[in-house]
Amino acid sequence: MTQHDPPPTRNGHVAPNGTALGTVRICDFTGQLAGAGATKWLAAFGAEVIRIEDPVNQGMWDVLRNMPPFVDDRRGPDFGGGFNNHNVEKRGITLNLRTDRGKEILTEIIAKSDVVSENYAAGVLAKWGFGWDRLREIREDMIYVSNCGFGHEGPYAAYKTWGPIVQAMSGLTFTSGMPDREPAGWGYSYMDHTGGMYMALAILFALIHKQRTGEGQWVDLSCTDAGLSLNGPAILDWTVNGRPSRRDGSPEGNRSSSPPMAPHGIYECAGDDDWVSIACRGDEDWGVLADLIGEPWAKDERWRTLAGRVASQDELDEKITGWTKTRDKFEIQQNAIGKGVPTAAVQKPEERIEHDPGTTEFGLWPEVEHAKMGRVRVDGLPAHFSKTDWKIEQGGPCVGQHTDEVLSSLLGYDADEIARLHEEGIV
Amino acid sequence: MSALQGTRVVELGNESIAWAGKLMGDMGADVILVEAPGGENSRGYAPFADDDEEGESLYFWHYNTSKRSVVLDLEKAAAKEAFLALVASADVLIESEAPGRLAALGLDYADLVRVKPDLIHVSVTPFGRETSRRDEPATDLTLIAGGGPAWSCGYDDHSIPPIRGGGNQGYQTASHYAVMSALTALFHHGVTGEGQFIDVSMHAAANVTTEMASYMWLVEGETVLRQTGRHAMPMMTMPVQIQCKDGRYATTGMPPRTPAGFGSLYDWLDELGLVPQLPEAIFLDNARHRESIGFADIGVDDEVTAAFAAARDALQLIAENSTADGFFEGAQKINITVGAILSPEEAYENDHFVARGYQVEVDHPERDAPVRYPGAPYKLPASPWRISRRAPALGEHAAEVFGPLGIDAAALAEAR
Repeated sequence: MTQHDPPPTRNGHVAPNGTALGTVRICDFTGQLAGAGATKWLAAFGAEVIRIEDPVNQGMWDVLRNMPPFVDDRRGPDFGGGFNNHNVEKRGITLNLRTDRGKEILTEIIAKSDVVSENYAAGVLAKWGFGWDRLREIREDMIYVSNCGFGHEGPYAAYKTWGPIVQAMSGLTFTSGMPDREPAGWGYSYMDHTGGMYMALAILFALIHKQRTGEGQWVDLSCTDAGLSLNGPAILDWTVNGRPSRRDGSPEGNRSSSPPMAPHGIYECAGDDDWVSIACRGDEDWGVLADLIGEPWAKDERWRTLAGRVASQDELDEKITGWTKTRDKFEIQQNAIGKGVPTAAVQKPEERIEHDPGTTEFGLWPEVEHAKMGRVRVDGLPAHFSKTDWKIEQGGPCVGQHTDEVLSSLLGYDADEIARLHEEGIV
Repeated sequence: MSALQGTRVVELGNESIAWAGKLMGDMGADVILVEAPGGENSRGYAPFADDDEEGESLYFWHYNTSKRSVVLDLEKAAAKEAFLALVASADVLIESEAPGRLAALGLDYADLVRVKPDLIHVSVTPFGRETSRRDEPATDLTLIAGGGPAWSCGYDDHSIPPIRGGGNQGYQTASHYAVMSALTALFHHGVTGEGQFIDVSMHAAANVTTEMASYMWLVEGETVLRQTGRHAMPMMTMPVQIQCKDGRYATTGMPPRTPAGFGSLYDWLDELGLVPQLPEAIFLDNARHRESIGFADIGVDDEVTAAFAAARDALQLIAENSTADGFFEGAQKINITVGAILSPEEAYENDHFVARGYQVEVDHPERDAPVRYPGAPYKLPASPWRISRRAPALGEHAAEVFGPLGIDAAALAEAR
């Protein structure tokens, strides 16, 4: 790199020549989102991710293979929209691990891989004969990252989870809701997304460690450990002050006490289930908003100070709702943002995907080519790199789509051998 | 040796990226928190240690472990010089300044690569550096609202507003992507020696972290609807949360999926003496003798339909007659996947987390005793996660950080 590189620029999403992780090969048993989300990131940055799936059940361990959304009336393990979304840029092979020959082939692939990743229930890979001791025997510097709800150790290690259970057990469901009501929780598997991120982080940390020391390791990732880490201040309030989160008036709904802000909420607007969020960071934001509202109540002396607004927050929120509920959410957003007050319509999927320059100009919804579904849009990644940006062009693999290719190019099998493996049901 | 030992990260203090700095610091990076003279804002955020509002913020403590602090007023010439020297000694810069501010100060990527050609510069802003929304102000709430999560979270009753989950998860999600970016670039640097500029958008981060809400729209043009404690879906589904005998809630998920599973559920019901309260329990007992049972037969085979309905009722009845913990453990023991809705402190004190060593003690020399913190989000035995020090006092490490860079006390006095 020269001393005087120009500042980075980007015009839409331009696929780079170089890749960041092009030297990494991953033997990938992950599925669903908590695992597949991790290797999606790595694949998009150039890692060669080879998904290993079972030919007998057509890869349906990952149930997303045949779950909505679907592009048309076709159904089956090659048509799940969620699977495609989470598995772009990966290769997929089938391998029957019930057979000795299947295990031999897997051993050859593992020997050529830097990372083995999986998010089965604890102990499943070991039952197939590929536990940590065996993996290390195949390759001394192996990186093995296992990801399950409660980890491989501890009283709950044998228990099963999915996203909503992880969220429940790690405090995240509890802290999402209106005070003194049942929890609202998360309307999606926040901890499948986030568990996948922690898995990607763990793989990257381990890759960097190996790059520097030559040493591999087994990372035991527990999604509930990761989830509980996302409640830090509440935990310190407990360990230092002895104040539990389970108390009257908790959680605080859409309000903010840390830092204290008021008004701070989501308010009803005109329209069908339309809402707007407003956050006044201080007296200046409130002054601007009060001018924008322009009604006498907004000039109330009590509300000039944060303490005053916090003290009568119920009344303040009611007044603000009176103002917002006859207005369009985007009109409020535009007017308040124009004057510098953080305000955002609660956007519906169509609004943020089709009409929001904050996502479209970022190139956030790339279209991939899927072997059977055709062209489909998927979630992109929320970061752009000036030199080795991500690339998302290939759809998720159909069952066994790359079996022959991997057997020949990676393992050097000839056509006769590959045909025989098909005949014998090994692949 | 920690994974990032020997890697220096400069973090320009900002609450939205404090989590990113901590994630790297706890993995061994030498994170230098650069604060403005008044200190990073969250030093003033509740809760406070010992509830002393004039004292130290637990919020700041949590997010700033394993960091060192220096103070620089970047508007001053001496501070710019010190900052450039600091960046020259670093591998990664992470910042969340408003787009344009660093350029105006002469401290943006183009300026920094003159002193550190292979710098990895991670910029984390609400809407990215280059979209037309880049200058819009945002907070965690407005990011969650505009970026998609809020639309999917809330209650069946749609007169109640969509909900922002607690804990500044918008900032934390952006921080996760920022660290994934930094590590990806560090690995690339390890291969090629090359640095680069990375533009992270918090809004984009929220947008691609909403699971089905996005891809139901992208693939089918369907709009999901928020529902109490369960996935937002295009149609309203059956409730899953049950209030247990102790007032806590549990979340049920899938019913049993095997004939033996239905049998175990019957036996559990029987053990608790609840069979007489559920006449339909007989369908559970019958189901155990079937060869197979599956969702596909619901509505087709009357016995199967009745068994699934009875399983649902049985779980509800057991939950109502158990503590949330008892319901969770009892169900999991017979392979039915349910959860107890724990508060953060309940999870923190739970035997499972304790057994995994999740409670860690951090030395606070100014206090009588160490403080218990949340532990490792991942366990890397060869390169362990570890909190190397408590959060720094404001400017605590100025001399030890800048001394080796040839910047003395007089110059530092000019810089703050």
